[in-house]
Amino acid sequence: MSARTNTLVAAAVVLALLAAPFYMAPFTITLMNYIGVYSFVALGLVLLTGIAGMVSFGQASFMGIAAYATAWASALMGFSPWLGLVLAVVVTCAVAAIVGLATLRLQGHFLSLSTIAWGLALYFTFGNIAGLGAYNGISSIPPVSIGAVPLVGSGQMFYLIWLALLASLVAARNLLDSRAGRAMRALRGGNALVESLGINALQVRLATFVIAALLAALSGWLYAHMSRFVSPTPFDVTMSIVFLMMALVGGQGYLLGAVVGAALITLLKNWIQDLLPLIAPSTSGQLEIVVFSALFIVFLQRARDGIVPYVAQWLPETRRERPPEAEPLPRRAQPDKGRGLMTVEAATRRFGGLIAVNEVGFEVRAREILALIGPNGAGKTTMFNLITGALRASGGRIVFADKDITRASACSIARAGIARTFQHVKLRPKMSLIDNVLLGAYSRTRSGFFAGAARLDRGEEKRARSEAMRQLDRVGLGSRPYDLAGNLPLGNQRLLEIARALAADPVLLVLDEPAAGLRRQEKLKLAELLRTLRAEGLTILLVEHDMDFVMGLVDRIVVMEFGCKLCEGTPEAVRADARVQEAYLGGVA
Amino acid sequence: MNSQIAAILTMDGVATGAIYVLIALGFVLIFAVTRIIFVPFGDITAFTALTLADLEAKRLPGTASMIAALALVAALMEVVALLRSGGASRIPRALLYYLALPLVPAAVVWATAGVMLPAPLRIALTLMLILPLAPLLDRIVFRPIADASVLLLLIVSVALHFALVGMGLLFFGPEGVRTQSLVDFSTDIAGTPVSGETLLIVGSAAFFSFLLYLFFNFTLTGKALHATAMNRTGARLMGIRPQRSGTIAFLLGSLLAAVSGILIAPVNTIFYDSGFLIGLKAFVGAIIGGLVSFPVTAIGSVFVGILESFAAFQSSPFKEVIVFSILIPVLLWRSYSFVQTEEEDEE
Repeated sequence: MSARTNTLVAAAVVLALLAAPFYMAPFTITLMNYIGVYSFVALGLVLLTGIAGMVSFGQASFMGIAAYATAWASALMGFSPWLGLVLAVVVTCAVAAIVGLATLRLQGHFLSLSTIAWGLALYFTFGNIAGLGAYNGISSIPPVSIGAVPLVGSGQMFYLIWLALLASLVAARNLLDSRAGRAMRALRGGNALVESLGINALQVRLATFVIAALLAALSGWLYAHMSRFVSPTPFDVTMSIVFLMMALVGGQGYLLGAVVGAALITLLKNWIQDLLPLIAPSTSGQLEIVVFSALFIVFLQRARDGIVPYVAQWLPETRRERPPEAEPLPRRAQPDKGRGLMTVEAATRRFGGLIAVNEVGFEVRAREILALIGPNGAGKTTMFNLITGALRASGGRIVFADKDITRASACSIARAGIARTFQHVKLRPKMSLIDNVLLGAYSRTRSGFFAGAARLDRGEEKRARSEAMRQLDRVGLGSRPYDLAGNLPLGNQRLLEIARALAADPVLLVLDEPAAGLRRQEKLKLAELLRTLRAEGLTILLVEHDMDFVMGLVDRIVVMEFGCKLCEGTPEAVRADARVQEAYLGGVA
Repeated sequence: MNSQIAAILTMDGVATGAIYVLIALGFVLIFAVTRIIFVPFGDITAFTALTLADLEAKRLPGTASMIAALALVAALMEVVALLRSGGASRIPRALLYYLALPLVPAAVVWATAGVMLPAPLRIALTLMLILPLAPLLDRIVFRPIADASVLLLLIVSVALHFALVGMGLLFFGPEGVRTQSLVDFSTDIAGTPVSGETLLIVGSAAFFSFLLYLFFNFTLTGKALHATAMNRTGARLMGIRPQRSGTIAFLLGSLLAAVSGILIAPVNTIFYDSGFLIGLKAFVGAIIGGLVSFPVTAIGSVFVGILESFAAFQSSPFKEVIVFSILIPVLLWRSYSFVQTEEEDEE
């Protein structure tokens, strides 16, 4: 299916939707309005849970904050509902930012648990403030007016709700396809990779959380002016779990899943409300929540992926063009050959009583390939982690390009020009090859969340894509840029990691056992690639086990054993060193 | 507020806190062993109180039919799973554990319906009735997704809570209950009147915490549970079945919830949905302990109890708000003072 057919189908669906008030019964339109309002919250949860992997049970309370803010402003203070919108968005986002700052550094379930508690706290707060109508709520909220036309009928609200929803969907889709959106998608699967790319994970988490709250705020504002009445009940924790249900049932991580889920759950709820009184007349109210929860549990047990991915697998794939060539992104100046680039002085790392790295010092010179070798347990990977900031040194000093990076975070070390790969390949398997490489270019580009959502980033994006394609071509993976990274064999995944590291335009490339698991041919190709990179002025530090690979390739070797440096020198000198022979082969009897 | 009132409030808070200690310990226990944040814990506490009240009123407690229904579903699931995996020979054993054993206390309750039993027997019967509840829920709800991520398990757990609240209303009705006092004396500590109930609650909490400590440190089963909590794969390699550890953890959790329910029943009016708030406040205590440390959890829970008691005195409608707001400083403190371990969640 071509992009053109896609656009046509989308246009037809949108037209059919916008004509709905002309061929649907008023009751159906009201139902559609609720679906639309709920879709905003579900959309926020799709971004939050499906994309970024955080779970919030507090979305209904964010919606509530916004609804109460606009109700207070318009019904009690007599301001325009549009001012109410501003107030609703500002207050909701501020609360979300505070909640996020308090919890987002902790493991995911702390955020989720706190949102339950705050959801309840908020419910009691609204219920007990006499100025906000206590548990009776605020009634006679004025309708939204556009110009002099008040939107009173459900047909009129329909357009406001669905046009806003369509705009939000488009913005969300744009966002996911941008620099900031890729960072959001990379959050799932741990911080180690994200930070090593120069992405501030906490900042991206916080922004995602606030965006989800913003969508809930829009929903709350629309809800307040649609039903013209707010009370604490529609915003309690039960509703939050219903929203979560919508986001998950539709399809984790699929934007359209939000609308599909909201529609399905709203209709199901309606249907259960109609049906249960027929089966069990006296207890239907209680049964409803039992049936609903049970259905949700069974769904999570049996069909966690949701509806949209299930349908999508039957649709023909969209053909996508290879990104066009564009002006290259600005590059860093590489230092002159032979100059000291990085100095490690007496670096030490203790794990409790164990000293994994003990006062190790060496120098990396510009435009050379330096190998760090040693038997298992010598402390190579720990040394590696100290350099890249994945671990903090207990003592000593590491200076890179005249900057002390001993205490710097992985994120700022990455930004200083050190790019790394991982011993156990860390890719985002559900992202395409080109998106994985684009993650590498994160620190070289600037566009933020807003630019991404509003498509103001296209110029930069084009250059970044062209750069990513160049790196993919360079490692020999340029033929199918839109395949999923998870489908590659291990050897190619290692190459993809290198392409990602190169996209960052590093000064120093640090590779953790790049040849592990590669076949002979692949190793030869890798060695060739590293030689080319050195010739182009890049400095490379690698940790490696494979002696054949190392001996023929590198300029100098540093040997470690039991956490200490054994010796350093050219491959020939190291090979001849008696201490090295003893470390690897045991003493001569 | 004078010192006399402060002392009374503190006493009150310690008693409430002691109940939270029991529940929070259960949370930490189940979370550590199974990675499940068992939100419905408070509901089990509330169901215990409602069961005891039903027995006192010579009514057939809703728990009996609830357990019977759950046992049937669990047994059915177990039999189907065994048939599929070709373990038909283990079916009788499964039926014994999942159907027969849970039904025994339910049968006793049925047999003695309408008879006024002496108080200790009522309490024992309530405990027996409640004990299988959490393990059965584990079998039905969590076992099929035991390997899912913590967050997914949490979502399921919250959904289960809502299902249980609905069931609570169906099986127990909307009336609040308060049971007879367990003890009936009071004394003075440093000029502050202290009721026997308070002493009993604090004593029981201390006793059961101590039992838990003994269990974990001095029994092989306890150590197996501890091992499962530390490293599931490692424990499995040592021949410990994580499923069995999970069942034991849920059984212990059920016991802790039941004890707390029996203790809280005479001092607080309990409705079918009271459990959630009780559970959440205990949660705040558990979060203070980072969901790992038993002693810090206990201290945190007592602190929550005292805070709640003072908050209720100062501004009763906002006491929940005050209790939940302390989560913010607590979480800030935790997030800036503890190094986070890398969280490798699912891809």
